[in-house]
Amino acid sequence: MRETPNKRKRKSLDKQGAGALLFLLPSLIGFAAFFIVPALRGIFLSLTDWDLLGKPGFVGLENYGKLLTDEEFWNSMLVTVKYVFWNIPLQTVLALGIALVMDRVTKSSVFRGIILIPWLLPNVVVALLWLWLLDPAVGVINSTVQSWGMKPINFLTSTELALPSIAGINIWRHMGYTALIVFAGLQGIPREVEEAALIDGASPWTRFIRIILPYLRPVLAFVIITSVIGSFQIYDTVAITTRGGPITATYVIYLFIFKNGFESYLMGYATAASMILFLILMGVSFLQMRIMRASESDF
Amino acid sequence: MSNSNSALNKKTGLTKGILWALTALLLFVTLFPFFWVFRTSLTPKSLIFTEPTAIMPSVRTWTHYGRVLGLIDRARAIELGGTGQSVNFGLNILNSFIVSIGVTIFQVLFSSMAAFAFARLKFRFREMLFALYVSTLMIPSIVMMLPNFVFVKDLHLLNTYLGIMAPTLLMTPFAVFFLRQFMLGINRELEEAAFLDGAGLGVVFWEIIIPLCANAMMTLAVITFINTWNDYMWPLIVGKKEEIRTLTVALGIFRLQTPQGQPDWGGMMAGATLAMVPTLGILILFGRRIVNSIGFSGFR
Repeated sequence: MRETPNKRKRKSLDKQGAGALLFLLPSLIGFAAFFIVPALRGIFLSLTDWDLLGKPGFVGLENYGKLLTDEEFWNSMLVTVKYVFWNIPLQTVLALGIALVMDRVTKSSVFRGIILIPWLLPNVVVALLWLWLLDPAVGVINSTVQSWGMKPINFLTSTELALPSIAGINIWRHMGYTALIVFAGLQGIPREVEEAALIDGASPWTRFIRIILPYLRPVLAFVIITSVIGSFQIYDTVAITTRGGPITATYVIYLFIFKNGFESYLMGYATAASMILFLILMGVSFLQMRIMRASESDF
Repeated sequence: MSNSNSALNKKTGLTKGILWALTALLLFVTLFPFFWVFRTSLTPKSLIFTEPTAIMPSVRTWTHYGRVLGLIDRARAIELGGTGQSVNFGLNILNSFIVSIGVTIFQVLFSSMAAFAFARLKFRFREMLFALYVSTLMIPSIVMMLPNFVFVKDLHLLNTYLGIMAPTLLMTPFAVFFLRQFMLGINRELEEAAFLDGAGLGVVFWEIIIPLCANAMMTLAVITFINTWNDYMWPLIVGKKEEIRTLTVALGIFRLQTPQGQPDWGGMMAGATLAMVPTLGILILFGRRIVNSIGFSGFR
């Protein structure tokens, strides 16, 4: 009685092995050609000196050595890190705030759809939009500021404000989306726990610190880790608005790599820089996971 | 008891007011910029500088749209505030649609086949291969973009639709991951019955899995379309030629070529408005689906 179906199952499994390959094949080709091979080729190219013409000449670790002492590279890294610090903390706090307000005020999906709009639109459009709103001469914000008798604010054209302004643009773009993830996390908190705290007379602040934050910790960890990874890869907004300037105030790492690779055709140098960025991101992510998992245990 | 209750209610009343005010503020901050873009796209050139804060300009015009869609001849366009660049966003919109629809159809189809294999079929190295797929989600895009550019160039696919679509046409790790997670949650009874009846893998996939996953596939299609429509860096690298430019690339180049002192704000905002239309259309049609997918998958 038991043997027949088992046998039949095994037979169908053998057939499956061959069939599985057919189902996998298109994605395997795409995965190999545009993910695995380029990743490996990138490692190889980073060890060569190549201007896209002729054959790549093997130079060992020379590109890495040069990068380590390249001030422009480290400056762009520093600008990127500063940008991440302007971007992530404020974005996360705002998203958490929005999620908490939504939880109390409205769960309507129309509302959620509306606050998602900035995130759904092209970066290029968002960048153009803010370039216009923040224009020092005729932008609506500065025109209003001037009509109050104050001096216009050079959001994107001064070395001090350009980077925080770009962070602001991306906070505007991402806070609604991030809030929705946090909001989804909030729905996972058991009602009884919150009600019990209410009956015990816990203040809103205590409930926030003792219940909401600990429950949200995995969601927040996920949100922070993924948005830090994304934030390090800032390119579109900068490319449209400031193009790295004024001077080098917004010259982020993607701009450095793009310039070396696609404008100066220093393929080896650019890929080496991308590999260093990858290693740094791995390190940062690993560190964050360690830190956030460590603090998770208090609940 | 009744005392403390009324105290609580009073407090909630005040808190409620504050919360609603914050909600209104959020809506304003989110929506006002879009209104302003649209408003600027209707503002004649001279009024852009003379009525910078008017909620609606005293005179309105659709000519900026005509201009950026290449419907108005060059001399007249310059008169209306153009900079003399030849722009034809109509063509760029068409390019964006071709690329986005092509990627969406094939990526969803092939990724669903792969997801089926990962979720249902048994084969050697399955878990390892899947882990490899997912692990590439961690790699910054530029690491693959440089060699991919070289590859596409070697295939002589620069400045072609296929070149722009290539890296995401057959799969993305996210798409496979997304559909596999969904398929793992589907009841197996139907397919097992079909297998026992002697149905082949193809029949089971087409007639059982696809209908059961239609919802998830639709959601993925919406996400894929939006991502492809929004993409800027890759189509900029491989599709700079005028006839092949997608809308984001054309908008970027339009912006970079705009003269320093006198940007063509009317034209730029008309272009920006056009770029938003498909996204807003999708949001109206599939808003609930998009919103709910964020709770479900957690990312992207």
